[in-house]
Amino acid sequence: MDLLNGFVALANFVLIPAIAYGSQLALGALGVTLIYGILRFSNFAHGDTMAIGTMFAVLVTWGLQSVGVTLGPFPTALLAIPFGIAGATALVLLTDKYVYKFYRAQKAKPVILVIVSMGVMFIYNGLTRIIIGPDDYRFADGERFVISARTFRDMTGLEEGLALRTTQVITVVTAIAVVAALFWFLNKTRTGKSMRAFSDNEDLALLSGINPERVVLVTWLIVASLATVAGVLYGLDKSFKAFTYFQLLLPIFAAAIVGGLGNPLGAIAGGFVIAFSEVGVTYAWKKVLGYMMPAGLEPDGLMQILSTEYKFAVSFVILVIVLLFRPTGLFRGKAL
Amino acid sequence: MKTVLLFAAVACLILGTGFLQSWNSALLILNMGLISAIMALGVNLQWGLAGLFNVGVMGFVALGGLAVVLVSMPPVSAAWAAGGGGILLGLVLGAATVAAAVLTWTRAAGRLRGWATAAVLLVGLAIYRMVLDPAVEAVEAVDPALAGYLGGLGLPVLLAWPVGGLLAAGAAWIIGKTALGLRSDYLAIATLGIAEIIIAILKNEDWMARGVKNVIGLPRPVPYEVDLQNDPAFVERASGFGLDATTASTLYVKLEYGVLFAIVLIVLLVLAQLALKSPWGRMMRAIRDNETAARAMGKDVTARHLQVFILGSAICGIAGAMMTTLDGQLTPGSYQPLRYTFLIWVMVIVGGSGNNLGAVLGGFLIWFLWVQVEPMGQIVMTAITAGMADGSALKEHLLDSVQHMRLLTMGVILLLVLRLNPRGLLPEK
Repeated sequence: MDLLNGFVALANFVLIPAIAYGSQLALGALGVTLIYGILRFSNFAHGDTMAIGTMFAVLVTWGLQSVGVTLGPFPTALLAIPFGIAGATALVLLTDKYVYKFYRAQKAKPVILVIVSMGVMFIYNGLTRIIIGPDDYRFADGERFVISARTFRDMTGLEEGLALRTTQVITVVTAIAVVAALFWFLNKTRTGKSMRAFSDNEDLALLSGINPERVVLVTWLIVASLATVAGVLYGLDKSFKAFTYFQLLLPIFAAAIVGGLGNPLGAIAGGFVIAFSEVGVTYAWKKVLGYMMPAGLEPDGLMQILSTEYKFAVSFVILVIVLLFRPTGLFRGKAL
Repeated sequence: MKTVLLFAAVACLILGTGFLQSWNSALLILNMGLISAIMALGVNLQWGLAGLFNVGVMGFVALGGLAVVLVSMPPVSAAWAAGGGGILLGLVLGAATVAAAVLTWTRAAGRLRGWATAAVLLVGLAIYRMVLDPAVEAVEAVDPALAGYLGGLGLPVLLAWPVGGLLAAGAAWIIGKTALGLRSDYLAIATLGIAEIIIAILKNEDWMARGVKNVIGLPRPVPYEVDLQNDPAFVERASGFGLDATTASTLYVKLEYGVLFAIVLIVLLVLAQLALKSPWGRMMRAIRDNETAARAMGKDVTARHLQVFILGSAICGIAGAMMTTLDGQLTPGSYQPLRYTFLIWVMVIVGGSGNNLGAVLGGFLIWFLWVQVEPMGQIVMTAITAGMADGSALKEHLLDSVQHMRLLTMGVILLLVLRLNPRGLLPEK
């Protein structure tokens, strides 16, 4: 039995990747949940909003790199995030003005808005592919590791290495900062409070003089920022590909629903629940168990419950279990 | 009258393709248009008639494709000998585990219920993997370059079409049992997820249908072009029409497919129309328009929803089997939600949800546009970039991006129809 090595292996292969992925999912799910709370529909175009914001950021990153601007050990993409947010915001505000506003004024049924968002999804998807192309793009630069596996081994003398990538640290730090700012905004500022009031009871909010168009505008602004940040972090961690971002829609929705649609705290919890289960179920536990189990009881097989291609199945199964046994989600949904 | 005119217009578009481009591409559009129309009919049954929001069409289409392999390919006897029994036993054990878990959950009471169910699942899954894994390995080791799977039953391929429907219906029953009765956007996410899972299974379970190695050379219900070209009687008749043997044989094969597909479409359309006009159809629309009132009248809303969900999915499964038969191969990697789920939705919305003829019209029209937007975009882009210097990066990029125009166009069409004519080209009566 070798608990220390076992724990390092667990941290290296499960905990750290799952925390980073969970932060990305949480940011994505926050966007979905905000739209659901304020605009009251499930936005199918959210994955592609992430893709388009990231695309702007990638293009600016390339521009900066080509003129020689870098951030030293940090990825240049961090400098490009504001441009990505600006691009995504402009696009979603245009979309809102020319597409969603009409249905809002009509008080259309939520399911109609979902179908409308399917159309928006097609358009964003097409735009991303036309502007940047459908392939896989890498845009991460700077120092790759905070601690590489070899340095860690040399430092501690342990058998197992612990690699900590820069992108993973940046992901977690950024996610914490963004979430803290969001909650401060929702709870302390006047605009944030009016958003919560609007989400809670639209008629009452209108009666107390809250301007609905302003609430919607601020919501889109926040959603575009969250989507871009989530997208850039995911892209730095892995790579940028339009289709992958479209596919993120499923785990993101699963996270938002598991946490309780409309509840920001739930979205964050849901993101981590989904991420930890996805990584945990698709990881081959042989190594960790080999260290953790008493001598003679080490497993022979890979101890992998499902192969990595089935990670969508994990989000789905958790989603179904939650929907069957606790339909409002872990946290009570439907209110900000 | 409007119906006739619109159908005539779409027929003109396809005939126009025949005159302007080639009859080969016109027939290609017609055949896939027929299949798309059937898929749209299935979605229209669920959405138009019952208001169920199913975005898992791709999964049912893929199951139909799987049925073609399972029914029509000859069995691989070496693979069956190596691990066929083990796989069957494993699958039975897996199903038994799930059944036992459900039984434990429903029958047992008290605080230990959850733990007991979890224990049953865990033990059952461990046994299932212990039986299945070695069998799968043995099967996949049999001639992996050509086989490596169990093969099918070696039955006529036409039989695969109804089987595809049954397979999709079975999957729909499982999904419906768990997800129906949830709010409409939850059902949407659930179906979206199940479609991704079905594709993941098709891609990874090599023993079933070779996964991403694809199954090619599926049997056909129509003669092969080469046989026709070697048939003197056929060559003689072709020259009577003034065609050479090669062109005539490809056209003839496509026409024959078209006739087969048209028969299926007409049968399904007639059935769908009868259902729409029957008391059952009126009841479904009553449930759609006011669920609470229908429930108060004593209608079993959940059971009716399950029924229509299964029927609609089965139709998508039939269409999927027909499509795989037409392609002559099963390629799990080619199933994409934008093409097989959301495009079908565009067809239904544009055609007119709730109207079967509208869905069929939408199927033909949107498929025609999906195919033709690319050449049209090519012409436009060439015109735009004509002034630019040859070899400039921007020009090449713009010309390359033409193939993505179709997604943009579909989105614009969907939004325009929803805004200007939300009930579609042929509205529900």
